[in-house]
Amino acid sequence: MELNQLTAHELASQLVSKKIKFENISTALKQRINTIDSKVKGYARLNNANWQSSAQPGGKLTSIPVSIKDNICTEGFNTECCSKILTGFKPPYDATVVKKLKAAGAIILPMKTNMDEFAFGSSTENSAFGPTRNPWNLDCVPGGSSGGSAAVIAADEAILALGSDTGGSIRQPASFCGVVGLKPTYGRVSRYGLIAFASSLDQIGPLTKDVEDNTLLLNVISGHDPLDSTSLDLPVPDYTKALGKDIKGLKIAIPREYFISGIDPEVKTCIEEAIKQLKQLGAVVKEVSLPHTKYAVPVYYIIATAEASSNLARFDAVQYGLRVKAANLIDTYKKTRDQGFGDEAKRRIILGTFALSHGYYDAYYSRALKVRTLIKNDFDDVFKVFDCIVAPTAPTTAFKIGEKANDPLQMYLSDIFTISANLAGIPAISIPCGFTKKELPVGLQIFAKPFGEETIFQVSYAYEQATTWHKMKAKL
Amino acid sequence: MNYEAVIGLEVHLHLKTKTKAFCGCSTEFGQGPNSQVCPVCLGFPGSLPVLNKTALDFAIKAGLGLNCTIQPQTKFDRKNYFYPDLPKNYQISQYDLPLAVNGYLDIDIDGKTKRIGITRAHLEEDAGKLIHKDNESWVDFNRAGIPLLEIVTQPDINSPQEAYEYLSSLKSILEYLEISDCDMEKGSLRCDANISLRPKGAKGLGVKTELKNMNSFKGVKDALQFEIERQAKALENGEKIIQETRLWDVKNMQTFTMRSKEEAQDYRYFPEPDLPLFLNSTEKINEINTSIPELPRQKIQRFMRDYGLSEYDAKIIAFSKVFALLAEEQMMKWPSKDKKPLINWLCGPLLSEANIRGLSPDKLKIPGGDDELIKLILAIEEGKISNLVAKAVFSKSLESGRLASEIIESDNLFQISDTESLNSAIEEVLKENVKSVADYNAGKTNALMALVGQMMKKTKGKANPKLVQDLLRRRLDNA
Repeated sequence: MELNQLTAHELASQLVSKKIKFENISTALKQRINTIDSKVKGYARLNNANWQSSAQPGGKLTSIPVSIKDNICTEGFNTECCSKILTGFKPPYDATVVKKLKAAGAIILPMKTNMDEFAFGSSTENSAFGPTRNPWNLDCVPGGSSGGSAAVIAADEAILALGSDTGGSIRQPASFCGVVGLKPTYGRVSRYGLIAFASSLDQIGPLTKDVEDNTLLLNVISGHDPLDSTSLDLPVPDYTKALGKDIKGLKIAIPREYFISGIDPEVKTCIEEAIKQLKQLGAVVKEVSLPHTKYAVPVYYIIATAEASSNLARFDAVQYGLRVKAANLIDTYKKTRDQGFGDEAKRRIILGTFALSHGYYDAYYSRALKVRTLIKNDFDDVFKVFDCIVAPTAPTTAFKIGEKANDPLQMYLSDIFTISANLAGIPAISIPCGFTKKELPVGLQIFAKPFGEETIFQVSYAYEQATTWHKMKAKL
Repeated sequence: MNYEAVIGLEVHLHLKTKTKAFCGCSTEFGQGPNSQVCPVCLGFPGSLPVLNKTALDFAIKAGLGLNCTIQPQTKFDRKNYFYPDLPKNYQISQYDLPLAVNGYLDIDIDGKTKRIGITRAHLEEDAGKLIHKDNESWVDFNRAGIPLLEIVTQPDINSPQEAYEYLSSLKSILEYLEISDCDMEKGSLRCDANISLRPKGAKGLGVKTELKNMNSFKGVKDALQFEIERQAKALENGEKIIQETRLWDVKNMQTFTMRSKEEAQDYRYFPEPDLPLFLNSTEKINEINTSIPELPRQKIQRFMRDYGLSEYDAKIIAFSKVFALLAEEQMMKWPSKDKKPLINWLCGPLLSEANIRGLSPDKLKIPGGDDELIKLILAIEEGKISNLVAKAVFSKSLESGRLASEIIESDNLFQISDTESLNSAIEEVLKENVKSVADYNAGKTNALMALVGQMMKKTKGKANPKLVQDLLRRRLDNA
């Protein structure tokens, strides 16, 4: 196997035993990127800048390259949310997660992974840099919005990657690309430096080749940040300690609302097989109900668009990014925002502005907040009895590029199983659990209570050890 | 018809914190453009606000000083509107749960106390400042993010003078609390006014206008006066008042239309998701409450009661906290029950010497300290020196750093109260001022004062003027 195909923990042990040096990894990775990314387009723009900047010896991720989504600030390097409106924006500071990675010795790639503009989408088709393609089938989408991060992991043109998840943007692409993607508990990872989509839902998380790598990356990026008032001041456990614990007697809930009609039968079969596997490993599995699940999509699209409409107001041509000159201030605003934002961004700004408008606030936003609490209560009730919840990550596998591009509602439904975790603020992972006949990966989603990431890793690792799905490589 | 004005005031004031409301940038006034900024107050993508707890404490203190109820939780909201001086195009403010509610402030008007209700006080961040020059516009974000307290009154104010008194009292209280400079010229206090008229005695409210752009308390008073006259005239002519925002033009002393209500914005308030709720525990509120000093009105009452001051004197002294502290220390040292001579000196020569030097009165360095000042004033009382001489000595002492008593001694400035030496000087003065003597003898009693003046001149101010007057009268009447 080439070095770029290895996991971070495999590379780390070879680095420690001095079998390899960082240069060997970077050479392999660069070569892979140069030969394959023109097909995958997992990176927003390629950059030949020097990779070696701050390799600190003895860190938790010393000399391990990490690929960063284009909405996470990297000092001095383009961070554009794959939007025209942020063309040329080089942040004057690093996001807290990037700072932490550098302090741990990781190498931050000087190029960012592709994404749906401002994380608005589930297919990475809404990028100013053009769509990313699914390494398992180049005609298919990689999912989104962190489609670039998932695709570069799946295509072995990255070792570790960071994405962001507002309604499934890490887990759904992880599912579509056959990699491991975690959305941590809201408040586990600092949002400082993550260009906000919906502040009360956004969370940065790791996309990796296996569960162990996921724990390594979460270990480094977690923890309280005085710069983010919504990050919680709770100790960070060593998540690798959760690996290898058996799951005998562990109580797993299966929510019946996640096995609706409309779910791809092949996906359903894979999930059922995975549940069987978990039973064989000793877990106690029982069906439960999360009765307010059906409201998750509408609630999400009110809250997320409302917050987004306000968060995106700052892109006004005054200080940074695109400025389309016009005769006066109002026209400068209009022209800049018209040319700078893509269709989906405009759609969401309009939706959110409407939901917050005088006379509609109570009917939409205020009501959505109430239902959000009900959705959270559903989970709280289940976690009183169960250790975790298992469900499909997405109702389908990767769809064709262009297939849903003109049908926003169909597109929104591809997040139907992932949105609730964001509304409830709970952690959830997607791990590979099989393939369809067309050789497209299927993802298994595991939820736990707030700050229950250890349980998630315990179950995921036990499952992963009993299967080989995570070892499958896309033929490119 | 006779109209009554109904006025409500909305005051925005900068809280005097060292750093901004949601980041660590300095709040210092007058620095180079955009020199006190960071990604947070510039609203850069990815940056997040972190509440400055001192700003919250100051706001709570202000609320308590204005007799408000403090909410058990502080919640922030976003007020959304586009303007180039607003870096995020939303302002972090408070909407439905303002920090402080239902307070009041008492003012004195026509010898009576009037209570002005305070609807709410809330914490928010200031915007930057636009500078228009040579057909181009620039933004200075130094001010962006400075903590602001917005204080809104009930429509309880009925005259421009009441508005003026409210603002003066508010300023005095906030200075006592040491949480704001309240300097309208530096922009650390801004005031908008809502005003409508109704027939005297009527219950309902007329259509109101909102007045902006006043840059002094007097400006507020003048703008309200103009607006009362404008609205009254319009109503007399059967015209309708349009609900609108009007700007005060201080040069031409008039208000003019800025925008009408139809163009009013929908601010689309919603809870700020980047900030959690902050709990204001009873313990914390109590702790802040105990840190509140005696406020001006209580001080005035106590000064009148404990030191027998007139209301007039007590008010002058209590208006400023530093002056009140200084005055009280002196009053406690003053040996006699009658504080009037001391107060006259503090409000007179002391304040004027401080003003001349551009100093706050507590910063005036009196050689020998308070005791020396008291000695000086007592010397006047005891007739040892004249008031005139004392003033000159005080000034000289401050100038030279010498003790006042030493100056009096070395320059021999003691008042001449010995009749013999005065009488001989009187004889000289009478000879030199024949006309005044004739006038006096002709019944023009005023001429006596002219002769006293001549006596003072002759003795270089050292003569005891009262004694001189007696001696002169006796001498002339017995002639």
